[in-house]
Amino acid sequence: MPSAAEATAPHKRIVDINALRKSYGDNEVLKGIDLHVRPGEVVAIIGKSGSGKSTLLRCINGLEEFQDGGLVVDGKPLLYDNASAMRALRQSVGMIFQSFNLFPHLSVGRNIMLAPSLVKKRDKTAARVQAEALLERVGLEDKFDAMPEQLSGGQQQRVAIARALAMDPKVLLCDEITSALDPELVGEVLGVVEGLAKEGMTLLMVTHEMRFARKVSDRVVFMHQGRVHEMGPPAELFGNPQTAELRQFLSSLQE
Amino acid sequence: MTVQLDFLAVLHYWPMLLTGVAWTLALTVLAIVVGLALSVTFAWVRVEGPRWAAIPVAAYVELLRNTPFIVQLYFIFFGLPELGLRLSPVLASAIALVLNLGAYSTEIIRAGLSATPKGQTEAALSLALTRYQVFTRVVLPPAMQKVWPSLVSQIIIVMLGSAVCGQIATEELNYAANVISANTFHTFESYIIATVIYLALAILIRRLLNWAGPRLIFGG
Ligand SMILES: Nc1ncnc2c1ncn2[C@@H]1O[C@H](COP(=O)(O)OP(=O)(O)OP(=O)(O)O)[C@@H](O)[C@H]1O
Ligand SMILES: [Mg+2]
Repeated sequence: MPSAAEATAPHKRIVDINALRKSYGDNEVLKGIDLHVRPGEVVAIIGKSGSGKSTLLRCINGLEEFQDGGLVVDGKPLLYDNASAMRALRQSVGMIFQSFNLFPHLSVGRNIMLAPSLVKKRDKTAARVQAEALLERVGLEDKFDAMPEQLSGGQQQRVAIARALAMDPKVLLCDEITSALDPELVGEVLGVVEGLAKEGMTLLMVTHEMRFARKVSDRVVFMHQGRVHEMGPPAELFGNPQTAELRQFLSSLQE
Repeated sequence: MTVQLDFLAVLHYWPMLLTGVAWTLALTVLAIVVGLALSVTFAWVRVEGPRWAAIPVAAYVELLRNTPFIVQLYFIFFGLPELGLRLSPVLASAIALVLNLGAYSTEIIRAGLSATPKGQTEAALSLALTRYQVFTRVVLPPAMQKVWPSLVSQIIIVMLGSAVCGQIATEELNYAANVISANTFHTFESYIIATVIYLALAILIRRLLNWAGPRLIFGG
């Protein structure tokens, strides 16, 4: 068994966020975030609306620029002024969005094949074989030629997961990926995510599905007003919240 | 009063009509290819290009969209020589048509680009595509698909508008009809035939573009 100190040693971290600060104009949204994630760890991020959860995730793959602090993913530091370093980092970080964001003019299969073909220069046959395998993994092997608009929300989100996986990311960011779904479709998407977690994918997921967070995550991060307010294993965090803010947040969910 | 129509007298000039059709088509194709390339670039500049470039592009679009085509043509053909730039009728016509279609379609394509949800750009960026790939593979195709019917209509308008180029002796279809009518005194028949040919060309071009759009411009 590795000791706790060893487990969080810098070389064992796949995501390394240090004193990260981010403002929109005068509005400081992230006020010094420290977060270190081990490979294979599943981190659930919870917190009130506006606490900065999405902003934090979007900083990790460079969709938002931050003003201060450092961020390293899989040994690659985030460098905004270096487009190729930026793309190298993004190849390690997949992201899945609340609104699916499939490319509407491309079939399901071509949605998945686009980035591997363009970015990894994978040839057409290899990209197709991979796309078919990924579709099977998310339970949509018969949808290769379907257009996104022909799919249900749950199916679209599963395609989006397959599309992100096609780049072989080391880390997957999920921002409320079931919030836009009808309740009966939530399960099929969470099932896929749970499978990924079991297979050892590193996951950072913003979620309002507390039961899911409790079941799947290794660690829960509670964000409040731009800070990591409380953090710990799900059983502790949910079972024995230390701060008034977290207690209040959790009880607000019961209603 | 009975009207005696003598189409044969007009059709006797078929080589001239054919030349007219050829020039009308050549000018239209040039306007489509160069004008659309120009307007995709300009629309990009207006939506996400640098400000120093977006302002002159906006000025160009407004200038061309708010002045008559014939004035634009006269300016290029009669005005530019004053500045020492003498152009042949065909070249002046080609430039005028390209710039005219370019301005209108910049505006049309810009609207299409703005309608592509930001989330798709973000998804593409997070898949490590370059800015250029994001634009050409993710933002542009659905935009073109959305505005293609408007673009096709604009192209037809420009093709029909090329009739004005006869005014500076470009030998397009309307010019041919003018000459034939003057030579034969069969004015009515000359313009009936010109009308029918324009109608056929418009239908043909519309069909062709409706076919080509999904296959060449925005197909997956
Ligand atoms: N593009 C933006 N421009 C200006 N302010 C923004 C922008 N995006 C987010 N903010 C602000 O940053 C703060 C944090 O927003 P963020 O979206 O990260 O919150 P969140 O925790 O994800 O909330 P939610 O649960 O509602 O998704 C909010 O106060 C929000 O108003
Ligand atoms: Mg959010």
